[in-house]
Amino acid sequence: MSLAFQAEGLVKRFGKTTALAGIDLAAEQGTVLGVLGPNGAGKTTAVRILATLLRADEGRATVGGYDVVRSAGDVRRLIGLTGQYASVDEDLTGTQNLVLIGELLDLRRRDARARAAELLEWFDLTEAANRPAKTYSGGMRRRLDLAASLVGRPAVIYLDEPTTGLDPAKREDMWGVVRSLVGDGSTVLLTTQYLEEADALADEISVIDHGRVIAHGTPAQLKQIAGGQTILARPTDPARLPEVAAILTAVAGRETESPARGVVTVPVDDDRAFATVVRRIDEAGISVMELSLRLPSLDEVFFTLTGAPAEVAA
Amino acid sequence: MTTTIERVPTITPTPPSGPPPARAFQVARHSLALARRSLIKTIRTPEQLLDVTLQPVMFVVIFVYLLGGAIAGSQTVYLKFLLPAIMVQSVLFASVATGFSLNTDVKKGVFDRFRSLPIARSAPLIGSVLGDMVRFVVSIGVLLGFGYAIGFRITTDPLSAIGACLLVIFFASAITWIFVLLGVIMREPGAVQGTAFLVLFPLTFGTNMMVPTDTLPGWLQAWVKINPVADVMDAARALLTGGPVGDTVTKSLLWSVGIIVVFAPLAVRFYRRRV
Repeated sequence: MSLAFQAEGLVKRFGKTTALAGIDLAAEQGTVLGVLGPNGAGKTTAVRILATLLRADEGRATVGGYDVVRSAGDVRRLIGLTGQYASVDEDLTGTQNLVLIGELLDLRRRDARARAAELLEWFDLTEAANRPAKTYSGGMRRRLDLAASLVGRPAVIYLDEPTTGLDPAKREDMWGVVRSLVGDGSTVLLTTQYLEEADALADEISVIDHGRVIAHGTPAQLKQIAGGQTILARPTDPARLPEVAAILTAVAGRETESPARGVVTVPVDDDRAFATVVRRIDEAGISVMELSLRLPSLDEVFFTLTGAPAEVAA
Repeated sequence: MTTTIERVPTITPTPPSGPPPARAFQVARHSLALARRSLIKTIRTPEQLLDVTLQPVMFVVIFVYLLGGAIAGSQTVYLKFLLPAIMVQSVLFASVATGFSLNTDVKKGVFDRFRSLPIARSAPLIGSVLGDMVRFVVSIGVLLGFGYAIGFRITTDPLSAIGACLLVIFFASAITWIFVLLGVIMREPGAVQGTAFLVLFPLTFGTNMMVPTDTLPGWLQAWVKINPVADVMDAARALLTGGPVGDTVTKSLLWSVGIIVVFAPLAVRFYRRRV
């Protein structure tokens, strides 16, 4: 087994606030580690330590076998960082931003230009290449930021909430990028507030809260811990709600809940339950406006794991 | 447990841990790349140059036409005395902006990006100082041009005049490191600017910029004698309009080097530590 990065017992305090209270994170090469947690859980702090931007008060971390404190320079040659807020230079054009990074990575000017063009093309920014980044939309800036972190073809890429604030279509694009990076052999650390995102991308997920890892496992394991999935149904005719509830109860073997008027939900463990529900509702001749199978939200995961809703650490 | 990275795409940049000359060369190259960034920013927002262009002109107008008659009895005579000193003052004022913009930059993500790259910690700071030197050049150019228009004449030779400009620019670059340090340690750009001018007012006005030193009270004369800015102003006067250069150039150069040696490493040190 070869680990791309590993953090052990990281502790970081800011004054009286403990941002990290002894956190362990690790990912094998060529995999995605999802770090899932609410705002203030310590995700960004952990990333900044692994990216050599911040020193832990206790614990140690290595990237590619290099210690992030003692061999920071070696670590920096392996990593690419995309922060929560796009860190591009607004006065520089897309090309100038990327060429500058290339030059700082000791590419020859010609190679830096070629690499910039290649990345701009990949991120669909070729048309905007010669415009200052301040004229870019939020999504374009994010893409340029991600491109900037990829100039040096890093082996380990940190994506700190790369899709926060992006619309669903842009989010899908970002997911495609992450998948192709991993396909090329890179290792990705992805922080997110969305279980759905971690589920879609991560090989393993560490759930963190108040600076601690409160659960770790594959997405499947985690969903099981969190009480599996939920079926939600909304019949077109509200009068038929009791019939739908009865079907859900029969299939899931549990009482249903009604979180909103005209809607019933039930948690299910069996992967085939949804298909059964669809069939039975159809057989009963009930038309539905909404029928979905959804993963537990971060709130629900947290509620199951901690008994308390996800809250922002003070 | 092995923790090596294999088969993973990674570029192999020139190792920075080479022999010292190669390393210094690399830092220089990175600094120049970052200086170009500052330069592009200045070119793209030329309104940033308003302070360095209009302010010296305004000072000359105010002092020469308002006070020149009273102080020197003649505006032309006073212009000759004042303008070289205003040149020093305006370039020093211009240097505050480096600390200001650095403070703004450090808080944005751009500097996080630089800090996560395998480049020397000093490179972004050196780059800022070098890139902002264009502000000094513009300021001097505008001032000399305006001075010429209202009757100021360089009465030495071109070489001395160029020497005066280079000396002033070098000294201002040294002072810039003090503001770089402020920019790196302070939390707000406004605080950087406020503190910088608190430093600059006694340094620039506490000189023989406006009146000869012997007209000042004793305690102020003592300050002027140890104030390096007074030496730079004297050196600029001598190199532009003639008169004894004396040891002013040497003292100005030594002060510049001294300030850099103290403040540049301090700034880099605090920048390295900054969260």
